[in-house]
Amino acid sequence: MDSNTEDANVPKHGSGRRRDEVMEALRDRIESLEGSKRRIRKVLPFGVPRIDNKLPGGGLAVGALHEVAGGGNGTVDGAAAALFVAGIAARTHGQVLWCITRADLFAPALAQAGLTPDRVIYVEAGDDKAILTCLEEGLRHGGLGAVIGEVARMSMTASRRLQLRAEATGTMGIALRRWRRPADAVDFGQPTAAMTRWRVSVLPSVPLPVPGVGRHRWLVELIRCRAGESADFEVDACDAEGRLHLPADLADGSGAAEGGYGRAAG
Amino acid sequence: MVLVGRQGQRQVIVAADEAAQRQGLRPGMPATTARVLVPALIVQEHDAQADAETLDRIAVWMMQRYAPIVAADPPDGIVLDTSGADHLHGGEGVMLVSIVQRLAASGVRARAVVADTWGAAHAVARFGRRTTVVVSSGGAREAVEGLPIIALRLPADIVSGLRVLGFERISDLLAVPRAPLALRFGPELGRRMDQALGTLAEPIDPVRPEEIVSVRRAFAEPIGAPETITRYIGKLVVALCERLTERGLGAKRVDLLCHRVDNTVQAIRVGTALPVREAKRLGRLLTDKVETIEPGFGIECLSLAATLAEPLAERQAASSLVEESVPDISGLVDVLANQVGESRLYRMAPVASDVPERSVTRVAPMAPMAGATWPEHWPRPSRLLPRPEVIDAMALLPDHPPAWFSWRGVRHRVRHADGPERVFGEWWKGDMEMSAVRDYFQVENDAGERFWIFRAGDGEDAATGSHRWYLHGLFG
Repeated sequence: MDSNTEDANVPKHGSGRRRDEVMEALRDRIESLEGSKRRIRKVLPFGVPRIDNKLPGGGLAVGALHEVAGGGNGTVDGAAAALFVAGIAARTHGQVLWCITRADLFAPALAQAGLTPDRVIYVEAGDDKAILTCLEEGLRHGGLGAVIGEVARMSMTASRRLQLRAEATGTMGIALRRWRRPADAVDFGQPTAAMTRWRVSVLPSVPLPVPGVGRHRWLVELIRCRAGESADFEVDACDAEGRLHLPADLADGSGAAEGGYGRAAG
Repeated sequence: MVLVGRQGQRQVIVAADEAAQRQGLRPGMPATTARVLVPALIVQEHDAQADAETLDRIAVWMMQRYAPIVAADPPDGIVLDTSGADHLHGGEGVMLVSIVQRLAASGVRARAVVADTWGAAHAVARFGRRTTVVVSSGGAREAVEGLPIIALRLPADIVSGLRVLGFERISDLLAVPRAPLALRFGPELGRRMDQALGTLAEPIDPVRPEEIVSVRRAFAEPIGAPETITRYIGKLVVALCERLTERGLGAKRVDLLCHRVDNTVQAIRVGTALPVREAKRLGRLLTDKVETIEPGFGIECLSLAATLAEPLAERQAASSLVEESVPDISGLVDVLANQVGESRLYRMAPVASDVPERSVTRVAPMAPMAGATWPEHWPRPSRLLPRPEVIDAMALLPDHPPAWFSWRGVRHRVRHADGPERVFGEWWKGDMEMSAVRDYFQVENDAGERFWIFRAGDGEDAATGSHRWYLHGLFG
């Protein structure tokens, strides 16, 4: 299945292998220019080749900071973004520190995305500054699987500090950007030192032949990716183990057989 | 019932319970008068020694629990220096309520006040109207102005002398020049007034029971630079840990008291989730807070005490080649708890309840892992509103989802819906829930946003609920 999907992504003029090598060499050069000595050694793949191929190293870098925000009304409630992040955290090892300002996260939903309640420690910090301090403290410790902070404003300096801490300890840091008003979300355009930047918006669910709400579907946009290109993906929401799936009616080749959730939906 | 004590040659009432007060008995009344007024009076001898001991015991308990600097304020009070300690208990107001409730649970009726000065807090606690008061910073003068002069902790002869002159309230005293009063009543009156208003410092001499493990270091020259304080904290912590090791204890709460040259005491308190006697970890927690110390003209003595200690046995570190070691995060939990407060750091644990907001509870971050989780077959939203919000909706009764609803002024057309999931009230919680019902629906609008809404009531019987619609959560 892997080879099928890879082929689907590479232009069909026979030079796919060489293009990969060139890209790899270019990435090496960019990294040496950026001055960070360490190569990304560990990544956390999504298990969806179409997404993993777009990310350097074939997955989400573990010792790095990532940014996730919701789209539309999700900039304020961050409901889909929280589940997306929970799915990522569920696939890491060890406990997870989740720093929040508003206590409206509903733990049973996180458990349904694979993040069991025993693994999550919540910190209710008062404001953005306190959240960033807690994030840094969590990343510095090094024994956690992932450190997540729901934060509105994050300056370049603050994100740089977090990124350096994450690199030093190899812990994944995720800034879940969430604002008080939709208008404040223009802040998401400001540059930060995060490795990747994602936006997760809800899409209408897969229609079912009977009345009811089908499997939840998201539009996941990779807005920025250091040493990589941006892209967007239409995926089925996290399953009980925190994995994303390509929708059956969109996946090509054998992917349809594997992710056969929505096929019955027709 | 009254307690009777000796005052000079007379027997007077020291304390009267509620029933006695209803009969018109007041503390200070001669015991013989009281016996005449209420023939069936129960009279007990007042034991001043036992009173003082109990007060000391409560003071020690408060020190272990709330703030590092605590002293008994005889005959009936306890004074705490809460600066730098209240945030660990969720703010000043919350802390006061918790103190009063805990004391009430052990049978002590108490009133609690936070103010800038000992004098003001003392006055408002005894002569204010409410059980708990937080006097805002700088508001000590306004808070005490309206109170009677007896609130100033003056000897009885000064109080009666002032009453003869027509002074009733503290504001009367503040309005007249100081000099004639001082000439007549001596310096005590001016001193008490200044202490209440905060122009004269009043140090608290903290209780330090013998059994608490503590180390101290006095300096020939007062120290002041943060680096110097940090260095000596490092030395003290090592000494403290040695003492703890001798006794086989681990510290759960550590207080650093800085005695300044101007006879005031500043304190830092840190707490840990599990007993600790690692010098490095305790040192880290304390040095995080060094910047909160104001050395003033210098610190002449540092003392470090393990206020709350629990037995801590040496543990053998199991080194296994196969098993992956589980990283110890109690150090991180301690650092965070001292930054944001213990109550703001928690894990969620399931509760066997179908009512969504009751199905989660907070447990301590280092609580043992139960491995329990919620049933997975019902969809649950990732964001649950703090309380359900009323929405306008139009739906077919009894069990259809709404065709549209409007929430926060925005109208949503319902494209797909799932439900109902019926949740019954928990009759054992109260009469209101005897027949209450909620019908939950998952609905999706045109844009694909998914909401969790419910109708109070089953749609047929009005006794089960108001049949109004509420929005309770947002799905991702």
